[in-house]
Parts: sequence; C-alpha cells; structure tokens
Amino acid sequence: MEDPMAAIRETFFQECEEQLAELETGLIAMENGTAEAETVNAVFRAVHSMKGGAGIFALDSLVRFAHVFETALDKVRSGTLEGTPIVIGVFLRAADVLADLVRAARENGSVDEARTATMVAEFDQINNAGEAPAPAKAAAATTGLFEPVPEESSTWEISFTPRAELYAKANEAAIILRELRRLGDIDVRLDTSGLPDLSELDPEGAYLTWHIKLTSDCDEAAIRHVFEFVEDDCVLLITPPEPPGFAPGTVITGDNGFKFEFFPPSEEEEEPEAEVVAAPPPVAREVQAPPPPPKNQAVEVMAAKAEAAASVSATIRVDLDRVDRMIDLVGELVINEAMLSQRVLEAGIARASGVAMALEELEHLTREIQDSVMAIRAQPVRSVFQRMPRLVREVAAQTHKQVRLVTEGEGTEVDKTVIERIADPLTHMIRNAIDHGLESTERRLEIGKPAEGTVKLIALHRSGRIVLEVSDDGGGINRARVKEKAIENGVIAPDAQLSDDEIDNLIFLPGFSTAAKVSDISGRGVGMDVVRQSVAALGGRISITSRPGLGSTFTLSLPLTLAVLDGMVVSAHGHTLIIPLSAIVETLKPRAQDVFPLDHEINVLALRGGYVPMVDIATSLGYSEQPIEPEQSVALLVEGEGGVRAVLLVDAIHGQRQVVIKSLEANYRAVPGIGAATVMGDGRVALILDVDAMVRDARSDSGARAPEQLVLTDAA
Amino acid sequence: MSTTVLTVDDSRAMRDMLRHSLAAAGFRVIQAEDGLHGLEVLESERPDVIVTDINMPRMDGFGFIEAVRRDDTRKALPVLVLTTEVDVDKKNRARAAGATGWIVKPFDPVKLIEAIRRVSA
Amino acid sequence: MSVTMQADPGNRELIAFRVGKQEFCINVMMVREIRGWTAATRLPRSPRYVRGVINLRGAVLPIVDLAIRLGLPAGEPTARNVIIVVQIGNQQIGLLVDAVSDILTANSANIQPSPDVASDLVKTFVKGLLPVDGRMISLITLDNALPRELEAA
Repeated sequence: MEDPMAAIRETFFQECEEQLAELETGLIAMENGTAEAETVNAVFRAVHSMKGGAGIFALDSLVRFAHVFETALDKVRSGTLEGTPIVIGVFLRAADVLADLVRAARENGSVDEARTATMVAEFDQINNAGEAPAPAKAAAATTGLFEPVPEESSTWEISFTPRAELYAKANEAAIILRELRRLGDIDVRLDTSGLPDLSELDPEGAYLTWHIKLTSDCDEAAIRHVFEFVEDDCVLLITPPEPPGFAPGTVITGDNGFKFEFFPPSEEEEEPEAEVVAAPPPVAREVQAPPPPPKNQAVEVMAAKAEAAASVSATIRVDLDRVDRMIDLVGELVINEAMLSQRVLEAGIARASGVAMALEELEHLTREIQDSVMAIRAQPVRSVFQRMPRLVREVAAQTHKQVRLVTEGEGTEVDKTVIERIADPLTHMIRNAIDHGLESTERRLEIGKPAEGTVKLIALHRSGRIVLEVSDDGGGINRARVKEKAIENGVIAPDAQLSDDEIDNLIFLPGFSTAAKVSDISGRGVGMDVVRQSVAALGGRISITSRPGLGSTFTLSLPLTLAVLDGMVVSAHGHTLIIPLSAIVETLKPRAQDVFPLDHEINVLALRGGYVPMVDIATSLGYSEQPIEPEQSVALLVEGEGGVRAVLLVDAIHGQRQVVIKSLEANYRAVPGIGAATVMGDGRVALILDVDAMVRDARSDSGARAPEQLVLTDAA
Repeated sequence: MSTTVLTVDDSRAMRDMLRHSLAAAGFRVIQAEDGLHGLEVLESERPDVIVTDINMPRMDGFGFIEAVRRDDTRKALPVLVLTTEVDVDKKNRARAAGATGWIVKPFDPVKLIEAIRRVSA
Repeated sequence: MSVTMQADPGNRELIAFRVGKQEFCINVMMVREIRGWTAATRLPRSPRYVRGVINLRGAVLPIVDLAIRLGLPAGEPTARNVIIVVQIGNQQIGLLVDAVSDILTANSANIQPSPDVASDLVKTFVKGLLPVDGRMISLITLDNALPRELEAA
C-alpha cells in the first residue's frame, strides 16, 4: 500500500509546478502590461498556496522564501508597492529561485543559499526603495478586556453572555457548556433578565447570560480554549481562582507552527460590551440544561443525506494509467472490429445484408469511441509554453540580448504523448532563435531595429496535425555563408544551384550542422539536425523560411497523437508494411525508360525533369536478395523531413487505413528502418515503415550525399 | 451517523491532506475547489461543518462565508477558516463575514479534528 | 497456471521444456502464459534467433527461437511448437520451444554446477544442471535472450 503522505507530497509538488507556471505567466503579463485585475491575485495565490503546502511538509526554506515573496506581492496587490519593471524583474527572478527551491525540496537536493539570500536582499531593496516604510502591522493578538481578579478557591467563575453574532456564526451555547463540563464540575445559572417582552423579542436576538461555576484544576487557557471560537461574539468574564498565566486572545501553537486562535476581542471593537455586562440580573433561576439554541432543519437534512456521494466536482482527476489502459483497450476494439469485418467479408456476406450494415455501424461507433477517448488525453500545449519564458530570460542573459517572447495558441490541444515530447525540440528552437537568429543589441540599434528582439511561439491545428512555429525578427539566414559552409563540408557540390528555400533547409543536414559549430555564422545551424531527428522520431517534420534582414520562422508539424496513424498498407516480398500517409506525396507506376542507374546499387527515377533516388523496400529491409524490377513495382514518392524526397518501391498497395501504433521498444528494441508496429485485421503484426530513415539511407547509400533537390535542380 | 465536513481549498495537496486526516478520524469528507464550487456543492449537500481556505480563485473564502450565511438555512452551519494568513485585518474580515473560527496552517490534524468536534453538535 | 509457493525459500518451481533432444528449465515465476505457435512477422535487421513479433492481446511480443539462440539444430516451427511467454524485467518475450515437458520442484541442493568445460554459449545461458529420473535438465537464465540495444543489428 502506498504511503498516503508520500502521495500527498507528490501531489503537492505537481501542484507547485502548476503554480510556478501560473506565477510565471502572471508575472509576464504584468511585465507586458497585459495583466488583468485578477492577475496579481492569481500570482499572489500561487505563491501563497505553495507556502501553505510547504508548511505541511516542514519545507522550511521554501516556506521562508515564499513568505518573503508573498509579502512583497501582497504589497503590490494592496497598492502599497508599485509594480514597476524593476519590481516585476525581481519577482521574475524570485520565481526562478522559488522554482529551484521547490525542485530541491522535491529531490531532497540542495539550493544555492547565496542566491536565495541575494534574492531576499533584493526584496528588501524594493520594499524600501521609494516607498514609505510600511506601517507597523497591528499586533497579531490584542490584549484582552478582562483583567483577572485573583481568588482563593479553585472554583472559576464564568459569566457568558452570547451575542446574536455568536449564533449567526453557527456557534452554540449548549456545545460550549458541554465542553466546559469536560473540564470539571459545573454549576450553571441562566440569567434571563435580558429577555425583553415577547412582543419585542427578536427571534434571532440573544438575550441570555449564563453564570457558571467551574470547579477544576485546569488553567485559564483551557477555559479560554472552550470559548475560543466565540470569544469576540460574547461577553465573557472569567474570574480565576488564582492569577492566570495567559491573557485572552491566547494563541495556541503546535510544534509544527500550527496556530489555533479565536477571534480575540480587539481594541476597536464597537460592540458595547460594557453595557451588557452592566445590565443587572434581576431574575436568576437554575436550569438543568440550557434552552435549545437557534436550530433549523438543516441538521436533520444533513443527517438524512449522509450517504450521498462523497465528492462532488465538475471535473475529475483520473490516473493517467487508467486513461492509457482505456486507449489501449479501444485500440484493441478497433483491431477486433477490423478483424470481424474482414472475417465477414471473407465469409462472402453481402454488403447490403443486415450483418454488414450492423458492422458498418459498429465501425462508426468504434471510431467515435476512439476519438472521444483520445480527447480525454488531449491537453493544451500551455504546460510546455509556460516553460519557455524562463528559458528566454536565461538565454537572453547569456547572450546579452534583450528578448521579448510572444506566445499564441497556448490552448491548442494535442495528445499527452506528443506534449511530453515537444518540449525538447521547442527549447532547442527557441534557444537557437535567440542565440543565432537575433542580432546583438548594438547591431539592432545600428540598423534601426528596436533594441528588444521578439521571438514568437505559435501553436495551431492544421489539417489534422499540430503546427508549432518559432519565429524571430532577427537578420534571417545568411545564405551566402550557409552555402559556403555547406560546400566547404562537402554537403553540396560547389556548382550546385540552390533555391533560397533549399539553402535555408541545409541547416538541418547532419553533415552541415555538426560541422557548423562555429559562431561566425550569423545564420543558424548549431544542433538543428538533432532537432530534426527528434521531430522525425515523432512522425513530425520541420522546415524553415527566412527573409534576409527580417527574420526566420521554424515550422514544426506533428501528428496530434502518437497512438494512431493514417497509413497506406503495402506489401513488399510478401510482407505487409504500413507507410505513414503524411509522408506520401504521390504514387507512381515507374516506366523502365525513366529509371537510371546512379551506381551499381542505386537507381534514380526521372521525375518531371529531375532525378529522385529509388529505394527497394524488400532488399533494403533484407526480405529479399533480388531487387524488384521497377516496372513490376508500385512506386511511392515520399518526402522526409526537410523536404528530402525518395521513391519507395513495393509490390503492391492495398489501400489506406488508420492503425493503432504499437511500440516495438516496449518488449524489444528499436529496429532501424521501422518506426513502430501495428496489429492488422487478421490479428497479425504489421510493421510501420520509418520513411525518414529510408530516405536517409537512400542518400547515404548512394554516396552522392547530395540532397535530392540538388539533383533535381542540376538536371533542370 | 458520521459527521460530514465540507472542505474548500484550491490546493490539491491541501485537499488530499484534509481528506486523509479527516477521513481517518471518521468524518465523511466532501470537497470543493473554491468558493463558487463550494456553493454548488452546498446545493446538494448538507455538511455539518465547513473548513475553508481564504485565498482561492473565482470566489475567495470571505465571499464564500458571506454567501453561506446569506442563506437562512445555513446560519447555524459552523465555518472554520483554515489559512496561512496571519494578518489581523483578514481575520477580522473573516469574522465579519460570519466565520466560526480561524485556524492557521500548517494545521495539526489532531487540533483540526478537535476544532471540528468542538463546533459540530 | 497456478503455483503453490513453497514455505521453504530454497525450493523453486521450475518449468521444463524440450528444445530438440535437450531439456531445459526456467523458474516458473517468470512464465506468464503458454500458447501455441502462430506465424510471426519477421523483423528486418534482427538476429536470426529473433523469429519476429506476434500480437499478444495488443502488445507486440518478440519471439526468440531458443534452438537457434542456444546453437542447436532448428527447423521451421509448426503448429505443434509452443511459445512460453516470460517476463524479463519490464519486457515480455516469447520463447519458441518444442514442447513443455514437466513442472518440477527443486531446491538449491539438487542443482549441480555446470562443468567448466562448457562452451561460451552454455556459459552464457546454463546456470546449473538438474538430474531428474535419469534425465538431465539444464537450468537456464534468460538475461541474454534478447539482443542488447541495437548492437546485433
């Protein structure tokens, strides 16, 4: 059984991550001047809530820092501290420190104490700078009105006169008396002298006074404790048998910082307590039990409803495992439905028959269930976007540039499996945009651009995929330099004629970017092949457009889910394979006269004035030794990342279908050339081709090392 | 018949903590995430005691307590404030709104339970 | 398959199976299920002993032909062959064997060390020898049943 406290601790840290994100979003809105009235409250709440939770787990350094932070935020909230850019800057840095403290607490790690201390000092500075010193806060506990009078006996005398407010706040005199009885013997006298005539009686008024003699060896604190919640809604006179140790308004403090306190009567209390006390008690009579306090049917109703649902909420939190399990099961359902359809088809049942029509309905329903289930796991990209501002600040500081990050489309939803894997490429792209995209501040001023560069991050849905764009308003790609570098590295031929687009996309080539770890290129390049690879692994594509002097835009397109895929079913040497539809440009029937050998292994296909390398799937995957005759084959023109094309040769095409993606790594390992697997209608496993790997192979096998576009252009 | 406690807190960790401590003490626990949600829950539930946070989105603890008290049938419903606030002004606001008691976090489950027992009939 | 745990921790339940003319056994606690042979989908660029993958209730299960893996003569599997689904760490794999032959209870004292003359292949897999009714059953480990990440590609 899992330790519940450990689970709560984990929840706390998860929540901290959300609150840190909210904090940052809010602070950035304040920085940009787009904050709404609620923003500062949300920001305050985030820090406040982390402080509260940290207290449960005795994370003292976190509590202390959050408290300092919260205090400053509260000042901004109440208007005693102006949210100047300097102040917000301090807050943003403090948010980073807070994030580090949270992570350190989570991992039981250590934090840079000096940094925390510096941050606290910065808070002191903004608290004092330009602001009048904050007025001293009222004391947490005010002194009481009642001066205890010493007495000899061990009998306490208590006079207790509830005011209407006591009942209005749902306290009950009866319960208090019951509690008092626990302390010792009590002798209760009810004083009804305050009762007006029946005609003047306010049903919600309070007119009674109890005089209680308590014989007990308890101290005054224990008695006060009983009246804890009502102390300021009644007139309470405690006459101790001996000098008391505590004044009213006593705060009870636990070992862990717990505080429990009734609202103590404060000095500025307006209620005329003295008057009530002064009221003479002309009639007094003994009662066994106090009269029933104001009560209503609510109590009965409450009792009757005890069996109702334990938790009511508009949203529910579900273990991800359960959702994943459900998605798996629906995947099974889809496969089984397909198997059933195939069996029915094989059995020769007529399409118009009742069985076939019912099956069609089943298929429809199955798809709908699948879509709905996938929607459960869909999440807005916000969680990833929220991590970027900190990155921007850090990279901006490292590169001594001024950068503004603008984000759009945070609400765009995508499957959780994808979300988890876009953070890295995005981080890389944004880092790159600042480091290599934006000019230095001096340069920007020289050419008349604003000193502050802008990096824009956009998410949107486009034709069943999610598109993420990272653009900058920097200098764009220095094409001459990139091309020069590419020739130097043997990535392209010296006489290659490339379009601007083709030059721009050279930066994704591994041969180019690994060699381009030089900072004298004002364009981009460092590590972009890494980004491309991780994106390709997700079934995604990345490309770049650039305008000299105006900036560059990276466009990343990804499937909405990694759970299903639209594929073309093909066969190669008797093996069924799936080719992702997103990679297929068109299908062709090659003619013998269009096929030319490039060397002893690689053929190219003449296609609209250019040449595209051909990949024989069966031999490439080792299914067959004997190459397929191109004119006997069906050819698929596919496009890998960076727009690089190849022609894949297969035996036949068997149509399109949506397939449930199954990992090969779960029980085996990655297989080169194969992206994943799926289960077909006949229950057998079919492999999903990794088109990018095939295209890459085609290029490296050919030894030409030239992107296919170059071949195309040369021939044109 | 176990006592039903409605806890209103926007922090999941705090809700879990409250649920854990209170359920272990034999209370029936129902939970809401903020003031508005708390009021929604009250439409179908009749808790014996409410324990509420102050700083919450949508509707804070002050607004929530006021709204609870506005309904005549809930005048006798004890409302304890559980908060990290130590500010006297806030405490007075909570009083004015109609809170029954004030407990400063981090709470001690034993004392919290004692406080709940104290205010519940 | 239900297994009664022995109170004596030294006792182990073993499942014995035949590969060619030899008998092997593994700890029964590793076994998830036993099923008949179904045609596997061949995996490109994989070692020969990986017969391919099959669909095990939606999971993709690699099939290791133990005969090939252990360097024994192997033929094409038929419907009479058996797949023993075993759990190794986080992964499940299917072992293609000829037949399941026995369930044994053995304790450490019954298990003889394998002689030092064994080949590398034997050293890699065989952890001990178990004499049962005049037969010799080799206790094998499956830690190296699958190729390591991409090394054998």
